[in-house]
Amino acid sequence: MFITKRNFCALAAAATIALTSVPAAVQAFEPTKPIDFVIMAGKGGGADKMARLMQSIIEQEGLSARPVVPTNKSGGSGAEALVHMKSASDPDHTIMVTLNSFFTTPLRQPGLDVDIMQFAPVGRMAEDTFLLWVHKDEGITSFDQYLEQAKSRGSDWVMGGTGKNSEDNIITDFLNSNYGLEMKYIPYKGGGEVAKQVAGRQITSSVNNPSEALGFFESGDLIPLVAFTDERLPMFPDVPTLKEAGGDFSYFMQRAVVGAPGMSDDAAAYYTDLFTKVYESAAWQEYKSSKSLMGDFMAGSDLKAYWDTQRTRHTEILKASGAIN
Amino acid sequence: MEVLVALSDGILVALEPLNLGLAVLGVIVGLFVGAMPGLGSVNGVAILLPFTFVIQSMTGSATSPMIFLAAIYYGAMYGGAISSITLGIPGASTAVATTFDGRPLALKGQADRALVTAAVASFVGGTISTMLFTGFAPMLASVALDFGDPEIFALMLLAFATFVGLGGDDIPKTIFSICIGLVLATVGFDIVSGEPRLIFFDSVNWFSRGIQFLVLAIGVYGIGEMLWTINSSRYGTTMTNVDVSFSRIMAALRSFPEAWKGTTIGSLLGFFVGILPAAGATPGSLMSYGVTKMVSRDPKQFGQGSIDGIAAPEAANNSASTGAMLPMMTLGIPGSPTTAVLLAGMVIWGLQPGPLLFSEQPDFVWPLIGSFYISNIVAVLVNLACIPLFLWMLRMPFTILAPLIFVLSLIGTYAAYQNPYDVWLMVLVGIAAFFLRLLDYPLAPAVLAIVLGPIAEPKLRQSLLFSDGDFSIFFTRPIAGPITVIALILIFLPLLKLIRDKIRGRRAA
Repeated sequence: MFITKRNFCALAAAATIALTSVPAAVQAFEPTKPIDFVIMAGKGGGADKMARLMQSIIEQEGLSARPVVPTNKSGGSGAEALVHMKSASDPDHTIMVTLNSFFTTPLRQPGLDVDIMQFAPVGRMAEDTFLLWVHKDEGITSFDQYLEQAKSRGSDWVMGGTGKNSEDNIITDFLNSNYGLEMKYIPYKGGGEVAKQVAGRQITSSVNNPSEALGFFESGDLIPLVAFTDERLPMFPDVPTLKEAGGDFSYFMQRAVVGAPGMSDDAAAYYTDLFTKVYESAAWQEYKSSKSLMGDFMAGSDLKAYWDTQRTRHTEILKASGAIN
Repeated sequence: MEVLVALSDGILVALEPLNLGLAVLGVIVGLFVGAMPGLGSVNGVAILLPFTFVIQSMTGSATSPMIFLAAIYYGAMYGGAISSITLGIPGASTAVATTFDGRPLALKGQADRALVTAAVASFVGGTISTMLFTGFAPMLASVALDFGDPEIFALMLLAFATFVGLGGDDIPKTIFSICIGLVLATVGFDIVSGEPRLIFFDSVNWFSRGIQFLVLAIGVYGIGEMLWTINSSRYGTTMTNVDVSFSRIMAALRSFPEAWKGTTIGSLLGFFVGILPAAGATPGSLMSYGVTKMVSRDPKQFGQGSIDGIAAPEAANNSASTGAMLPMMTLGIPGSPTTAVLLAGMVIWGLQPGPLLFSEQPDFVWPLIGSFYISNIVAVLVNLACIPLFLWMLRMPFTILAPLIFVLSLIGTYAAYQNPYDVWLMVLVGIAAFFLRLLDYPLAPAVLAIVLGPIAEPKLRQSLLFSDGDFSIFFTRPIAGPITVIALILIFLPLLKLIRDKIRGRRAA
């Protein structure tokens, strides 16, 4: 243990990153120490995979002089991460990759006193998409058949999703209230687990992101019926959008990088530039198309305007479902 | 036959100098992170993930980076036992069960035997599970799919039953201990309702994050154990003298077959629990310990330094880690926190885990499986070679060891989640554990409950959501039914025994 103590200290330091020392204000910002890269979800989920991919691109292409160190703060649907960001002692070296809980968690927990408009709009890397999936043995090939079946089975039709009041829950609520369905919603811990439950026919359907269901889609076990997007996805050219099927609804998951409240403009500009390079890299573009992600790069005031619309929209959605008043 | 050809090709690739080198390096790194309290395989793998990007750009394939990370994963399973045995602090959550008997055996002056048993049991567990993996991966993937929520809950119930149904221990105190663990496990955000529970403070740094298992484990076994040793001073001011000699280690190796029961149970049960998504190596090792104790002819030996009690959790945690690779590769879902990071790695390297991985990426899959065999051999050799070094630690007098344990507990807790509140909580837990132990409460059941509670509870509620609150769902399903019935019998067995003894006693009178 004596021999290894020194190594341990190095490891611990790498893992924790010093939170002290404020860099002197410089004209053009350059990070002066490792960058705290917060992930508002647990290890292995969609956000986590994406964050680690971004890290690998930054590392491989040598985009940053200082390392980017991912830290998972998954507690309380992102509440832990949001508060960590709010109270960051060095906002210029603290960035976070977000999910839609970036919008919903502050709305559901006003006690956190988090205002997302105070975060620095570094860059939106993509919008993840949602599709409606069933098992191939269900014998359903179209959205109309789905509605018919789901209606006749009432609450025996089980939809699985990631957590309560999550993106999946919002889409399920929409389907239930707009198509007169009574599908039961069962919350699970992660999107991968949900896809597995459908593949094992433990539940009847899901609204997984393509990246979560891809393995089972390629093996033919899961069939996508409808996409909750505005246009058909290039990867699933035969799958109609809900709009084509007559519904007026689309829903996306924001995959963005934000800076801690109080980040200087110089630092925000530096990170926007950094993540623009990540976005333009071949590896990111390849990931984006292979996992069927949409959305162009967006930063600055455009991104803030986007947050504002999303926040208003989620306020309405959560009010309608009774999650907030 | 086809499998054997693919496997031997895979082993040849795994034996290429670079891959072999990476396996050795990975095992050593893993041994180290596993042995450090607080750092487990998950930290090791996450910290070194960026390094694999370099390996990948060097070799152009995903195989070598994965061999490296898998070797860390295995190495950590071996390493966890080291501090569990020599210091009494679990090196990783997967090695908690190893402290139950490993520490007492070390205090009896047989640390060498404990370490050798742990290493060899790990090797056997790792190798048996790799063979099962090689032969039956696709079939086992479909078993994992058949395990829905009620099945997993039934299995968790069975795990609890193995701890309650043990003769010997004080049953009411065992149940009380389980309940404490279950209450602590409910703290934090509930995924089914999305509401916070028992968080008391508004600050997210405290309880809204939930109470992390490792914080409790280090508190109970680090601080609690240290206080206990100080209090009892049974062992005097110096630690037990340990002779280090080649012949003693050889003798320990020769006596390993005595642990056949624990090793077998650990290898098989650990693998099975490992392939079920949601579980992982920690529940696997705890359950194996419980089952081995239950079927043992001499359950009173457990907790006093039983060889089976060391072999079972150590065989199981290695076996379960191989098992957890299965749902990760074939279903794309992680069976443990470490495989969650490996999964992220696979995606970054451009692989799509799923049912087609085996048929579409044989160049990735088979060398990896080959490396499982190699890494296990490397790990057991490195481990055995280092045993004299580990034993040297035990020669330190307790006056030096106690502060060392204290500091390692503090650092380990902080390193695990980087939250200073956890450190306070860990100290409080340690003090509480000490008093519970003074009052003769068994603490292992509480630790088990904290691990299994967060798995069992959502599964119970998801099942009941399915059945609209009807408990018969646990009895009517073909797989869940028998497991539930066995679990209930085990839970009520002590009660039946008690009644039987009463009746006999009356007849005799």
